Amino acid sequence: MTTAVSILPEQQLAVLNAAYRQAVGRRRLRLLLGIAVFAAALALAGIGAEVNLRTLFTYFGNFISYFDRILTLDNGQRVWTDVGEWLWGWRKWLKMLGETLLISYVGTLIGATLAFCLNFFAAENTSPAPWLRFVVRRLLEFARTVPGIVFALIFVIAFGLGPMAGVLAIAIHSTGALGKLFSEIVENADMKPVEGIRSTGASWLSCMRFAVVPQVTAGYASYALLRFEINVREASVMGFVGAGGIGQELVVAIRKFYYSDVSAILLTIIVTVFIIDISTGWLRGRLFGKEART
Amino acid sequence: MTRRQAVDTRELRARYPDVFDRPASARLATPAMIVAAFAILIYGLVDLDFSPSRFFAGLSQLGWITLMMIPPDPGSSLPIYLKALGETLSIALLGTTLAAVFALPVSLLAARNVVPSNILRFPVRRVLDSIRGVDTLIWALVWINVVGLGPFAGVLAIAVSDFGAFGKLFSEAIEGADQKQVEGIRASGGSPLHEIRFGLLPQVLPVIAGQVLYFIESNTRSATIIGIVGAGGIGLQLAEQIRVLEWQKVSFLILMILVAVAAIDFISGKLRFAIIGRRAVA
Repeated sequence: MTTAVSILPEQQLAVLNAAYRQAVGRRRLRLLLGIAVFAAALALAGIGAEVNLRTLFTYFGNFISYFDRILTLDNGQRVWTDVGEWLWGWRKWLKMLGETLLISYVGTLIGATLAFCLNFFAAENTSPAPWLRFVVRRLLEFARTVPGIVFALIFVIAFGLGPMAGVLAIAIHSTGALGKLFSEIVENADMKPVEGIRSTGASWLSCMRFAVVPQVTAGYASYALLRFEINVREASVMGFVGAGGIGQELVVAIRKFYYSDVSAILLTIIVTVFIIDISTGWLRGRLFGKEART
Repeated sequence: MTRRQAVDTRELRARYPDVFDRPASARLATPAMIVAAFAILIYGLVDLDFSPSRFFAGLSQLGWITLMMIPPDPGSSLPIYLKALGETLSIALLGTTLAAVFALPVSLLAARNVVPSNILRFPVRRVLDSIRGVDTLIWALVWINVVGLGPFAGVLAIAVSDFGAFGKLFSEAIEGADQKQVEGIRASGGSPLHEIRFGLLPQVLPVIAGQVLYFIESNTRSATIIGIVGAGGIGLQLAEQIRVLEWQKVSFLILMILVAVAAIDFISGKLRFAIIGRRAVA
């Protein structure tokens, strides 16, 4: 089989080659420049974060041996040879895990309810007044940007040590995050039902209740479930600052070098997070599936 | 008017029995779920020691705290705070870069189109899942035990916990890549490494760069809080000032965090748009 490969005359080729080289060269230069800037930023950051490679290399063995140690029981055996001894405190830990789940559940529910009340004011198409939208949006932004654990630190002082501070911190943070997502759903909702209901002389409240809410509840539920999943992780560390849950046990075990307890508690946390991830994923699939069918 | 409505309803009832006479189970499902949700809520409130008196006492305390926060004032420690903020940004940048560098080769192992055998892929994925299941704060505590207090522990904590996230995200990006280019390289006699370098990487690098930038952004937030357990950065200052009840300094630090996060959001948004935009053009 013969193929005709057209070979350009030398002169024409030279022009094209030059243009190609120039184009590629410019892109290469820009890439190199980007890499140089990035490397400079990294070097600066290395100085800022007191990175010491020698420390890392001397201590990296410690990191590996740390895992060796947390997987060893007091009598020098591997943890999985004596599961009863390893998970000796399972009653207490399960109770704390239950508390963690309750904290995230109550926090998510309160946060979702607050977000539900606020999101209609934050959405562009349903907000009754521009100034109200501005205020609510800034409020949600604030609640979203300040990390939950900072709220927990402050609430522990205001409300006292205990799960209450954790619940409220998670509730506020969820309000901010869910309020934004909810209002985006409302902004994507169909406005024709709202116009239909308003044309009958209904109030703003009835417009929301009968025209918007039926369109958006499935989306709300899906986002709230996703948030619950995130909040379980967050609640597991709330105990670090004294705001209840399993984190309290974990931080004590880590700080006091109860090695096998650390691995046992980590295991229970990881398993719980897996279970919650899988079950909310299944539930969300069902919700979305139902929505798609109708 | 009313008469016509009545006729309409009766006719409609006869025509659409499914809508008007739904089985009891379908009608009761939603209220039952709501009641159950509220029952758990009430149980939770009782079990977690909620009481109105405690709540309102705390609320008034919170009101006092808020009043004492105004106006935000760093006192004489502004230079220390600026240095701490720089430390936080450094932690986020270094931790994310380190995670990305280590996650790229591992994510190739976790991608179905690069490693078809399940034997290697399954354990790699489970390890990544377990790493992701542990919060950054917990990793910070572990690293503090290993390298001591300070920002370096923070860098390593962010690097480890992002390693899990990146491994998953990158491998998904690689699985979503177009196989035709890989086949083209193989057809022209390239080795498996050539396939990855010239067939896969050019496709996935822009996606990966976008994700890394997004993580630098979100890690700025994480880096502010890992200081609370002693891993350096502005969180350390914040936790200290909260513990000694210096509320004016606390509010100043929170404002600093908000401004820094907004600035990083803005910059990385621009950069991400530039990368993705260039990809859309090409």
